[in-house]
Amino acid sequence: MKPVITVRDLTRQFGTFTAVDHISFEVHPGEIFGFLGANGAGKTTAMKMLIGILRPSSGEASVAGFDVYREAEHIKQHIGYMSQRFSLYEDLTVMENIRFYAGIYGLPITSIRKEAKALLDRLELTHEANTLVKALPLGWKQKLAFSLAIIHKPAIVFLDEPTGGVDPITRRRFWEMITETARTGMTVFVTTHYMDEAEYCDRVSIMVDGRIEALDHPKKLREQFGAQSMDEVFRILARGAVRSE
Amino acid sequence: MRCSASWPEAPSEVNNMKQFRTFVYKEFLHIIRDPKSLLIIMALPIVQIIIFGFALTNEIKNADIGILVTEPDEATRQLTERLDASRYFNLALVTDDMAEAEQAFRRDKIKLLVVFEPDFAHKLEHEHVAGLQLLADATDPNTATTLRNYAGAIIQDYQQEVWGEQVLPNRMEVETHMLYNPQLIGAYNFVPGVMGMIMLLISAMMTSIAIVREKELNTMEVILASPLKPFLLITSKAVPYVVLSLVNVSTILLISTTLLDLPIRGSLLLIYAESFLFISTAISLGLMISNITDKQQTALFISLMGLLLPTLILSGFMFPIENMPKPMQVLSNIVPTKWFFIIIKNLMIKGLGWESVWKQSLILLGMTFFFLAVSVRTFKRRLA
Repeated sequence: MKPVITVRDLTRQFGTFTAVDHISFEVHPGEIFGFLGANGAGKTTAMKMLIGILRPSSGEASVAGFDVYREAEHIKQHIGYMSQRFSLYEDLTVMENIRFYAGIYGLPITSIRKEAKALLDRLELTHEANTLVKALPLGWKQKLAFSLAIIHKPAIVFLDEPTGGVDPITRRRFWEMITETARTGMTVFVTTHYMDEAEYCDRVSIMVDGRIEALDHPKKLREQFGAQSMDEVFRILARGAVRSE
Repeated sequence: MRCSASWPEAPSEVNNMKQFRTFVYKEFLHIIRDPKSLLIIMALPIVQIIIFGFALTNEIKNADIGILVTEPDEATRQLTERLDASRYFNLALVTDDMAEAEQAFRRDKIKLLVVFEPDFAHKLEHEHVAGLQLLADATDPNTATTLRNYAGAIIQDYQQEVWGEQVLPNRMEVETHMLYNPQLIGAYNFVPGVMGMIMLLISAMMTSIAIVREKELNTMEVILASPLKPFLLITSKAVPYVVLSLVNVSTILLISTTLLDLPIRGSLLLIYAESFLFISTAISLGLMISNITDKQQTALFISLMGLLLPTLILSGFMFPIENMPKPMQVLSNIVPTKWFFIIIKNLMIKGLGWESVWKQSLILLGMTFFFLAVSVRTFKRRLA
């Protein structure tokens, strides 16, 4: 199968600081790819290059078959993106948020109506359609933000720390949602610093100080490092880290 | 295989017009959901016009004056009546004692004292020269000068009437006309100034805040990662504030003409067109500000200090630029409000046409393109 994301020696420098240092990997269609690392390891910078809002300093990368240097605008039509702080408009209602994101992704009016209804049903938010988002509990905001990031049915969805600041039960439910989405064929690229979440992923890469130090199935990584949990794997790898949180 | 059959391809060519409408609609929602800010924006011009029109006026009405006359006669009585009848003056003191008059000055009871020399009428009739002295409280030099001029004019009038045609030989007659604004109404000057100030503030400040807010909320990244073109993002942000600013222009014109009796002598269409041009300049300034900072607070602060202050000081509507030192005069040229101020004065008050404002309009247009170019450059550098 042709990879949906291909990255070769991708590097990004800010002045003399190398945030992302020659990383290489491939992501296959329909897989949940976990992009793990401590805060400041370079995860977000790498992701921003892949979604076409930050130019790499050197290296190559293609997303959904498009080059990140020359075809960033094409990439944007085939991906969804959910940023760290959910990026919903709190002073708008649930429905208005749905209409806005569906609109800027260019969905036709008729399908916006259909999608909105289906989405509200799925999230059991039908009665809250006209509620301001700021009145929703955090877990619902998170689900809504995720649903909006994939409302245009992209080939790949990028999630930047989607579970930050959320309680364990809500996190578990959210991961169920991600797993379901991946089952429909969508590729999920997710960053996190919760190591237990790695178990939900098909494959994970672990980033330390801008470099990818390990990349495999979570189970194989545990075996390789002789560790009980992914957390232990991470601690073994992070021992040499220079950058702290 | 990139994605399974149940996932249709995202539309490859996104309809820009529809995105634009969606975005503008969302911006209006933000404004409606924040009625307090909306009220401030809409009430600001009304409050400003009232403050400048009634409180900060440098016109003088009903200034208290005194008359010092030791031997009242027909002529002094008539002159006193005339001064009192004028709407500029209010007769607060008539005395024959200089000490009392001085006391009144010190206690701030009078601003101007008219002193008639003894035997005034007789001297005027028989010797053709009668002495009359004007003493003004010059702690406020502007007021003193204005009072002297008003009193002088009334006395001149009286003299003309009494002497009629029997003028002395070889006399020069000076006739002064205050062009465009014969009654020296302050509103003629400050209304164009307030218009410029408010439009600059609302357009630049609100646009910069609206954009920086998206950065603070992290929604900016999501929008940048969407197929929406950055150019559309910026235009959509500007549209609501263009509309609000044009509403403000209408409010200002309406209260100025009804409440302050201001004329609109030139073309209304041209006034609106020039306002639109100036709003564009202000918005491009707001864009530049939004690129400098990631915090709404900072954007607000830069707008206030960087735009309001220079506008008040250097646009020429509060302090005449001609009286400033040369470097300040040169500096005033980069203040956009200065040019808008000239444009609106020429169109509204002087009733001139396009031929009188095309140079200023070109300068504003040039500034707009300059600010836009700088904004686009800095915007791209952020992403690169």
